[in-house]
Amino acid sequence: MNDSNPPPVTEKMRAEDVHAWFGPTHALKGVTMSVPDKQVTAIIGPSGCGKSTFVRCLNRMHEVVPGARVEGKVLLDGQNIYGSRVNPVRVRRHVGMVFQKPNPFPTMSIRDNVLAGLRPNGQKVDDPASVVETALKHAALWDEAKDVLDRSGSSLSGGQQQRLCIARALALEPEVLLMDEPCSALDPIATARIEELIHEISDRYTIVIVTHNMQQAARVADTTAFFYQGEIVEVGETDQIFTRPKNQKTEDYITGRFG
Amino acid sequence: MARQHTDKEYEAELVKLREQLLVMGGRVEEMIASSIKALVERDTELAQKTIELDAHVNNAEVRTDELCLRILARRQPVASDLRFITMALKLVVDLERIGDVCVNICERAIELNEEPPLKSLADMPRMTETIQAMVHDALDAFVAGDTEKAQQVIARDRSVDAYYAQTFRELLTYMIEDPRNISRAMCLQAVAKHLERIGDHATNLAEMVVFQVKGKDIRHTGRKKDKPPA
Repeated sequence: MNDSNPPPVTEKMRAEDVHAWFGPTHALKGVTMSVPDKQVTAIIGPSGCGKSTFVRCLNRMHEVVPGARVEGKVLLDGQNIYGSRVNPVRVRRHVGMVFQKPNPFPTMSIRDNVLAGLRPNGQKVDDPASVVETALKHAALWDEAKDVLDRSGSSLSGGQQQRLCIARALALEPEVLLMDEPCSALDPIATARIEELIHEISDRYTIVIVTHNMQQAARVADTTAFFYQGEIVEVGETDQIFTRPKNQKTEDYITGRFG
Repeated sequence: MARQHTDKEYEAELVKLREQLLVMGGRVEEMIASSIKALVERDTELAQKTIELDAHVNNAEVRTDELCLRILARRQPVASDLRFITMALKLVVDLERIGDVCVNICERAIELNEEPPLKSLADMPRMTETIQAMVHDALDAFVAGDTEKAQQVIARDRSVDAYYAQTFRELLTYMIEDPRNISRAMCLQAVAKHLERIGDHATNLAEMVVFQVKGKDIRHTGRKKDKPPA
């Protein structure tokens, strides 16, 4: 992937020649890349380059869009998640997702929001109090939320709501966490807290973050991939991408000389 | 940096930075030439004037640093822009130092002009031309992103080092011959050392050009330098 002493990391996920379509629109044109285990991988690129589509292919969220389809393989620990006998719902338990706009369930309490993914059909959860506490602690929201667990999720600030969504995703104990522009609706302080959180949880989870904010990618990611027009232009160590990219297109994009 | 920035103001800042560096470089080149001219032609007035030029060079260093910091704070530059700006911050240090060294040469020239000449300085202008060209070419290479030219500058430093070693030996014989020569010989030795230092600064500039263009650090990679005798 890059030539400067790659650390011995194992591969958590691997996309192999992944194509994706929205109806007739060919949004991803054969993407092959690996996602290193317990590291942060950032995906950057201009609007419409396929970066969100790509991460949605990593947990079978793309195909839920009407008219959308996927071809190619996505391996999670070596198993193809598009295999014929694979249940997409189970895939999404292993590969969680946090979206651009914080989307807590507005009618649910903070507590119920955290537990929502664990009991989609109202099942019982063992020791819910401990699950809620652990997830909120991992999402760095416990201190702020522990006394107001019965309040509505929407009573929190935008940054807190996003951390609640992260707690909801972490409660399922996923192995991979996909974050699609998780800070684009947040102010700089809330953004800094999410970035700190990403840093903290990256020794336990494999994280893939899509971001428009290149400084954010430079700050949080170990590996950065640049997407353009549905293809990977360059992928490498973040330090290399932001100081000496190999591809002229990457250079032009990250320095602001595009188009 | 072939393509222009989408943000024209950012583009203008980078153009301004490049221009400032070139103006500063031009001043420094002028100081090198006139300090040695003042020495060879025994022109104390020219030496004084050259010393005064140093204030402009110092000022240019401060203004370039300010501009670089402003760009870093406002633009968060990356990739070639980041390398350009961080190299500019280092480049001005070497340029400013060359200015200081020229002042030192002028000071020695003024001292030497008080006494009769020790020896012919016929070889000095030739050496100075080489060194001045090294600085000039390093800056040219910086502007053009020409690593070939930068490598040539680095290669030429050997001849400067050899010149210094030769001058040192020659001046030593003058000092051995007659102790009354010692103070003047020491002054000339200092000048030769100063010229040799300018060659080193030019080499630094050239190494920065390679980093700026290729993102590859070639400093301290085992290049054997001709060491002056101890």
